[in-house]
Amino acid sequence: MTPTWVRLAELAASVLFILALKGLSSPKTARRGNLLGATGATVATVVAFFYGEKFYGGPIQHLPLIIIATAIGSVIGWIAAKRVQMTQMPQMVALFNGVGGGAAAVVSTIEFLSAGDPAQTRAALAATVFTVMVGSVSFTGSILTFMKLQELMTSRPVVIPAGRYITSLMGLLTVGSAVVLVTWLDSAGNASSTFLFILLGLSLVMGLLLVLPVGGADVPIVISLLNAFTGLSVAASGYVLGNVLLIVAGTLVGASGTLLTRMMAQAMGRPLTNTLFGAFKAKAATSAGPTEERPIKSASPEDVAIMLAYARKVIIVPGYGLAVAQAQNTIRELVELLQAKGIVVDYAIHPVAGRMPGHMNVLLAEANVPYEQLKEMDEINPEFAETDVALVVGANDVVNPAARNDPSAPIYGMPILNVDQAHQVVFLKRSMRPGFAGIENEVLFDPRTSLLFGDAKDSLTKVVSAVKSL
Amino acid sequence: MDAIALLTIFVLSIFVGMEVVSKVSAVLHTPLMSGANAIHGVVLVGAILVTGKANTSLELGLGLAAIVLAAINMVGGFVVTDRMLEMFKPKPKEGESK
Repeated sequence: MTPTWVRLAELAASVLFILALKGLSSPKTARRGNLLGATGATVATVVAFFYGEKFYGGPIQHLPLIIIATAIGSVIGWIAAKRVQMTQMPQMVALFNGVGGGAAAVVSTIEFLSAGDPAQTRAALAATVFTVMVGSVSFTGSILTFMKLQELMTSRPVVIPAGRYITSLMGLLTVGSAVVLVTWLDSAGNASSTFLFILLGLSLVMGLLLVLPVGGADVPIVISLLNAFTGLSVAASGYVLGNVLLIVAGTLVGASGTLLTRMMAQAMGRPLTNTLFGAFKAKAATSAGPTEERPIKSASPEDVAIMLAYARKVIIVPGYGLAVAQAQNTIRELVELLQAKGIVVDYAIHPVAGRMPGHMNVLLAEANVPYEQLKEMDEINPEFAETDVALVVGANDVVNPAARNDPSAPIYGMPILNVDQAHQVVFLKRSMRPGFAGIENEVLFDPRTSLLFGDAKDSLTKVVSAVKSL
Repeated sequence: MDAIALLTIFVLSIFVGMEVVSKVSAVLHTPLMSGANAIHGVVLVGAILVTGKANTSLELGLGLAAIVLAAINMVGGFVVTDRMLEMFKPKPKEGESK
C-alpha cells in the first residue's frame, strides 16, 4: 500500500493541476496558473523518486540512472523551450506533445512486458491497449504535425491514392488487433506480446495516416486534438499502474483538451470531422488557372505611405508573414507614426491569425503593442466598410473571400476578416504565392487593391521612412 | 484501490476538466493548450515507477527512454508556456522599444 504522505502529496499535485488549468483560462492569472502546474509536477516527480519502496514491495531500483535520465530530459526540454522562436512555438508544442504520448505508450508497454504481474485484469489489459494505441497515434501524428509546421514537408493536405480506404482498413486492423489482445489469452492466461507489437506498429502508422490529409490552417486544431489524446492515454496508463495522480492529470487534460479542440474548430467555423476528413471530400482543387496573366496593381512604398498618411481610418491585418519577418516592432512604429497624425488605427486579429488561435496576440504582445488596440474579428468586421485603408501584412487565408463565396474551397465556411469591404486594400506580400491553405485570393486582383512585394520588414521599414518624410 | 474507485475519479475528473476551461477567451487558447500539454508530462511519474522495478535490460532501456521523453514534455511544456505568458504583462512600459 502506498504510504499516506505519498498519497497526500499526490492529492496536492492534483489540486495544483486543477488550479493551473483554472488560472490559465484568464489573462490575469494565467502565468501564476502555469507556475502552479509546474509546482505540482515537481512535487509529483520528487515524490516518485522515493515512492516505489512500499508500493512495489521493494526499494525503487536504478535510482541514479532514473535521476540522470530525468535530468537529461529536463535539460533538453528547457533548452528547446528557451531557444525556440515565438513564431515556431506551435510546432514546439506539437513536438512536446508527441514525446509525451510516446512516453505513455512506452510506460504501458513495459508494464505489459514485465512478467511480474501475471494477474493483470481484463480492465487493466484494456487500459494498456488503449494507452499503447492512443499514445502511439499521438506520437507519430504530432511528429508529422511538427514536420508540416516546420515546413520540412508540404503543409498542404496530402491525399494518397485510395487514402480513404487505406485509412479505414488500417483503422479496422488496429482496432481488431486491440480487441484480439484483450480477449484472446493463451493457456497460461497471458495476453500475446506479439499482438502488442503488431498493435504498436499499426498505431504508429495510423498516426501518420490521420494527420497526412490535414492541411494548412487546420493543423493547430489537430495539435489540440492530439494533446487531448495524449492526456487520455496518460490517464489510461495511470489506471494500468493504479496511480491516481496520473488518472486525474491525464483526464483533466483529455477533457479540457477535447473542449478546447471544439472551441477552436468553432472559431474556424467548421465541424471537427470536416477538419480531419475534409481533404478526402474536396475535389483536387486546381489553382492552376491563368494566374500569372491576370492584372495586379503593384505599389511603391511611397504610394503606400501616401495612402496611409491621408487616410482617416486604417486597419492593420497582421498574419504569419509579419511574424516570420520579425516585423512586429516595425509595424508598431508605423502605427504610432500614423496615430501621431491623428489617424485612427486598429489591429484586426483573426482568431487563427498566425499558426494557432491566439498566436498573433502573443507575437504582438511581444512587441509591446497595447492590448486595447487589438480588436477581435466580430468586433472589427463591421468597421471595414468605413475604413479607408486595410493594410494586410503577411496574411492571406484569413482575408480570402473564397471562404464566403466558394463552396469548393477547402477553407469554405471559415469566418474571415472583410478587408474586401474597405475603400482600399494594401497587401504586403513576399510573392504571389497563395497562403498556407494554398488557395488563390480574389482580393489580390481587385482594382482597389495595391500590392507591395518584398519581405514584410523591409517593406514596412521603407513605408515608415516614407511616412516620416511626407 | 479498486477499479470502481478509480473509475469514479476518472469520471469526476472529466467534469472538472470541462468546467475549468469552459470560459477561456480565444486569446488564451494557445497558452492553455500548451499548459495542458505540460501537465500530461506528469506521465514522468509513471515512467519513473515502471523503470524503478525494471527487471530486464529491455525494460530498463525502454523505461529510461520514456523518462527522458516525459521530462522533455513536462519541463519544456511549462517553460514554453511561461515564455508565452510573459508577454501578457498587464502594462508594458511606455515607449520602450528595441
